[in-house]
Amino acid sequence: MVSEFKDKYQLVIIGAGPAGLGAALAAEERGVKDILLLERDYFLGGILPQCIHNGFGLDYFGEELTGPEYAHRFIDRIPESTVQVMDETMVLDITPDKEITALNRHQGVQKIEAKAVLLAMGCRERTREAIKIPGDRTAGVLTAGTAQRYINIEGYLPGRKVIVLGSGDIGLIMARRMTLEGAEVDSVLEIMPYSSGLVRNKVQCLDDFDIPLKLNHTLTRIEGDKRVERVVVSRVNDDLEPVPGSEQTVECDTVLLAVGLIPENELTKQMGIELDPVTGGAVVNEQRETEINGVFACGNVLQVHDLVDYVTEESEIAARAVSEYLSRRRKKRRKKIKLTAGEQITYVVPHRIDYVYQDKDKKTLKLFLRSSVPVEEAELKVVDGRGQELISSRKKIVTPGEMETIILPLQFLDEDTEELTVSVTKASQGAD
Amino acid sequence: MEKKEIICISCPLGCRVEVRGDGENIESIEGNQCPQGREYAREEFMNPTRILPTTVRVSGGELPLVSVKTEAPIPRDKIFSAMDQIAQVTVEAPVKLGEVIIEDLVGTGVSLVATRRVLSDKKAADGEKV
Repeated sequence: MVSEFKDKYQLVIIGAGPAGLGAALAAEERGVKDILLLERDYFLGGILPQCIHNGFGLDYFGEELTGPEYAHRFIDRIPESTVQVMDETMVLDITPDKEITALNRHQGVQKIEAKAVLLAMGCRERTREAIKIPGDRTAGVLTAGTAQRYINIEGYLPGRKVIVLGSGDIGLIMARRMTLEGAEVDSVLEIMPYSSGLVRNKVQCLDDFDIPLKLNHTLTRIEGDKRVERVVVSRVNDDLEPVPGSEQTVECDTVLLAVGLIPENELTKQMGIELDPVTGGAVVNEQRETEINGVFACGNVLQVHDLVDYVTEESEIAARAVSEYLSRRRKKRRKKIKLTAGEQITYVVPHRIDYVYQDKDKKTLKLFLRSSVPVEEAELKVVDGRGQELISSRKKIVTPGEMETIILPLQFLDEDTEELTVSVTKASQGAD
Repeated sequence: MEKKEIICISCPLGCRVEVRGDGENIESIEGNQCPQGREYAREEFMNPTRILPTTVRVSGGELPLVSVKTEAPIPRDKIFSAMDQIAQVTVEAPVKLGEVIIEDLVGTGVSLVATRRVLSDKKAADGEKV
């Protein structure tokens, strides 16, 4: 593929994972001409090609797909589109005026001007350094996603006897994957009293293979000469501090870390854009637009989603916003609305509502949020600044591990509304 | 008579459902909170099945592996013998998305199919993209 690249584009998208791919195609469908997609890897699809397990697409495509199949649905449409792709390209800098400095081995260093920029860099995994596990600096300590790439893309099995720290979905999936490929997984450790992974993954990745899940446990030491030889596992108390005397030594050669994801926002920070300390992503309005006009963000760089389906959905929100921005179709509200995370809510995206809603056939706005604790028989509520309840919905259970949504009908927002607070409580509480 | 505790995966509640019965009949299902849970527990008790996603070696490809899955769920207790059969196979690039890699995997009647495309080395070198 030999493409003539230009130095000016209407829209430049940083990252060709599910968020960037989805947004590029959706923006083109909405009439955005001149789209450039920048990708640092040598293939498209971001993390999806290495997520070979099934469970993707049920929400968006209505059928169960594996990660590579989900990626194909988008990648296959790129050659017939007008979207230009520049891969193996690293973006070094973006100015607030939307001048992008990028680097690759074919074009060298280049400057690209954009009318609109969409940040879709995704997220990366927290490492040993991020959680400061004491002990020896040996080989054999790697993030679960790195192990996944070795096994599923590059064809290496990175260890024989494994312990996994963290019971989020990536940790659970990799415990199964290592087992299937012939490694022995001693256990999966979880510092919290509950797994943050999907019930389905707990059952199908651990229970199916008799891999123990040790709740309230963590790794307190890694030992070995050149390679991991053993680790120390400790029980933790209610304050998540290791309990002295509870230490157990486990012989192993590999430690997989599945200890959380961090939105990859170095470029965003360099631009001076404010980040939400809870999500680690940019502060955005309902258009997924950051503080800088015409700079948008979507996908895991904005908030870490549970399902790629939601990333696709968000990429379409951002793509529509980009097209409205470029065609100057937006109208500012008289007053901005601030959205606040209330009782038992860790965060709400978007953070503000800035514009009068344009889409005539869609008079609702979807709020994405997470609870801080598991709540059974939960009631999700949106209350305005005067304490007026706008909408509420019930759910059998709400957990921090599963992102929730509230559909906010926009006719409830009058032009004086300035504040909305979202909360989740036990449903019976109000009646007592 | 057998008694088994099954964790329902239909929703995040993860109900612990107790099923009593033998290989052919179910006597009781308790602990579920909805009909979906009952159905799941019944299936899981009588014949637990899983989709098996894994990889197969590729020769002459842009990548050394192609990701694959069973086209339909296979019995859970066949997973390891399926992995053994899959380990014996090397396919030649190019591999098409959906291409059948193994027919009738370990006698289950289910095919193993490619879940991505892998171009041959030469095509990849010519600049055609993954």
